[in-house]
Amino acid sequence: MSRTFVGWPAFPEAAAAATHDERLRANVTRATHTIRGKRARLVAERPDWEDLRDSAAALKDDVLAHLDSYLLQVEEQVTAAGGTVHWARDAAEANALVTALVQATGEQEIVKVKSMLTEEIGLDNALEAAGISARETDLAAAIVQLGDDLPSHVVVPALHRNRAEIREIFVREMGRHGRPAPDGLTDDPPQLAEAARLHLREKFLKARVAVSGANFLVAETGTVVVVESEGNGRMCLTLADTLISVVGIEKVVPTWRDLEVFLQLLARNATGERMSPYTTTFSGVTPGDGPQTFHLVLVDNGRTRALADEVGRQALRCIRCGACMNICPVYERTGGHAYGSVYPGPIGAILNPLLKGPDDPQTASLPYASSLCGACNEVCPVRIRFTDVLLELRHQVAEGDAAVKHPAEKAALRAIGAVMEHPAAWNAAVRAAGTAGPLVPKNRLPGPLGGWTDSRSVPEIPKESFRSWWKRTDGGTR
Amino acid sequence: MRTALFVTCLNDTLFPRSGRATVTLLRRLGVQVDFPPAQSCCGQMHWNTGYRAGTARLARHFVDVFGGYDAVVVPSASCGGMPAEAYAVAAESAGDPGLVRAVHEIVPRVHELTTYLTDVLGVEDVGAWFPHRVTYHPTCHSLRAAPLGERPYRLLRAVGGIDLVELPAQEECCGFGGTFSVKNPAVSGAMNADKARHVRATGASVLAAVDNSCLMNIGGRLAKDGAEAGRVVRTMHLVEILARTPEDGPVPGLPLAAEATR
Ligand code: SF4
Repeated sequence: MSRTFVGWPAFPEAAAAATHDERLRANVTRATHTIRGKRARLVAERPDWEDLRDSAAALKDDVLAHLDSYLLQVEEQVTAAGGTVHWARDAAEANALVTALVQATGEQEIVKVKSMLTEEIGLDNALEAAGISARETDLAAAIVQLGDDLPSHVVVPALHRNRAEIREIFVREMGRHGRPAPDGLTDDPPQLAEAARLHLREKFLKARVAVSGANFLVAETGTVVVVESEGNGRMCLTLADTLISVVGIEKVVPTWRDLEVFLQLLARNATGERMSPYTTTFSGVTPGDGPQTFHLVLVDNGRTRALADEVGRQALRCIRCGACMNICPVYERTGGHAYGSVYPGPIGAILNPLLKGPDDPQTASLPYASSLCGACNEVCPVRIRFTDVLLELRHQVAEGDAAVKHPAEKAALRAIGAVMEHPAAWNAAVRAAGTAGPLVPKNRLPGPLGGWTDSRSVPEIPKESFRSWWKRTDGGTR
Repeated sequence: MRTALFVTCLNDTLFPRSGRATVTLLRRLGVQVDFPPAQSCCGQMHWNTGYRAGTARLARHFVDVFGGYDAVVVPSASCGGMPAEAYAVAAESAGDPGLVRAVHEIVPRVHELTTYLTDVLGVEDVGAWFPHRVTYHPTCHSLRAAPLGERPYRLLRAVGGIDLVELPAQEECCGFGGTFSVKNPAVSGAMNADKARHVRATGASVLAAVDNSCLMNIGGRLAKDGAEAGRVVRTMHLVEILARTPEDGPVPGLPLAAEATR
């Protein structure tokens, strides 16, 4: 079984452990700052950047408002082009469908190209249980899989690993899964890339079945669009006999003209490139060219739950560019694993509770995994207002229907609130704070505030509050 | 023209000197400022933690206390932003249309301090004198949620004797985030450590900002680090710098700007 995020600890616990890992921190900081810089330069090239963001947000909102009819259009077009469309309500249905489709081909070893959705639904383990081995072919995803690791970023899943670690994984693991790493492999990037090329090429040439994700689904022609950097995806999409694309229902764009908007935004915002090196589009089946059997599995798995949330539904606009995590000061200190999902960072903090419901301690902790600094709001190409959604989800956790409540915190805040709302009590409390100075322990605040003082001195409580001063001096005039 | 000071609960209890400096500065600029003693808290902690019912009750209280004033001045970007950003949503969530209307009515009259100075009073040079090396941290709220833009810098640049130095990576959050620093102390502490390191690298003897909550956070770290390094960088709300005049002289115990070295 490969590792999964099932049973992952809540964010504060996972994050605290991550902040102590200095190598992780160095790797994440280096990578995110590099991408940030490249992105900033390329965004500055476009005087119409803000207009593109407006268009992209409006287009996605239109899709989400009419998702039912766009999806039927996708089905109609894909079917007309010789493909077969399947619908999956949840992870179990999707996994059963894909497993059955692979079993029907009789193949035991298949290739996959980076698909976060298959990670989200745990497809690898479902296939493994049926005796089918699925090997990742996107370089970063392959590094994660070889290392029996978990993805930590939506664009660069192995972002938390440095070159030396990758070399070590290649040397140790490649031989167990196919062609071994060349003798004398160093951590020189071209050498690492060549080792990966040789190892993966063997897989592409052997595999008869490929599973892919998709960046977009163009409704008017039923076209699947896959955007990537290495060309490994294109190998998967073109060399196999049977192609199974597993796609979330929110990936639709109505027309090719709409696609143009997203292709201009995606590469610049994701990797700081004007255009992604490989943009592969395919519609159904073409006789004598590429896969001769094509299945499209459309997956809900919580998306309609998110869609029903008036404030939260904007999270479904996400095109997985990763810019929100690259800019996030919290992600920079914790890396992606702390979020317990293939979707980390600011989008993970909102999307996971929206998809799954903020009903267990892990998903309920995610909306609080933010200082609300708002840096993500500024870089999102589809203008997701993270801070609005975070506050809405906190409200659902604190006061709404979420099954998890925080009774202790609620009681404490209610007590504070009662004092704050009553002037007489408030005046008394402020006076008490002024005189309580010496009673407050010097170095550590009590109770839940204790963590605060682990890295900070306690502020001195002044002898006289502002209101006492105002009263004593009649507003500073006496 | 009736002008009220909403001092905020944090300033009231922990940073009364910022409240006093606000009164001093406004009087010097000819504003007769009133302090309605019934005022309490803006409800930011409630709001940021998800408690909208409590926020709505505090919004009601705010409207009751300040409804009769022509201008409400707030020496805090985050508390000053609460009426505009949170109160209407909280009132709606509480199902109180009367409160929603009252909030919309009062919001245009609530001013964060630096905006009040530059946009309402139309001043930049407030006659301040502060002969020390200062660096300025734009808090997230004053940078993004309710952007103050160049206002704080224009006010600081007009201060006589000041040596204003740029803070590296200034746009990065200090890690406070209210509830966040309590729920995620390890991450918050790591963010704060970097902020404090950048502050010390400027060689400034004072770190200024428009939110004492963030300054309390960074100041806590600066005090801890400074105690080890033998030199503490002080934190001061921007208004405490603007309130000082040549008659006040330099701040006792702070190195003079000319002597301030890296
Ligand atoms: S939420 Fe926005 S910034 Fe983050 S990955 Fe999605 S599209 Fe990119």
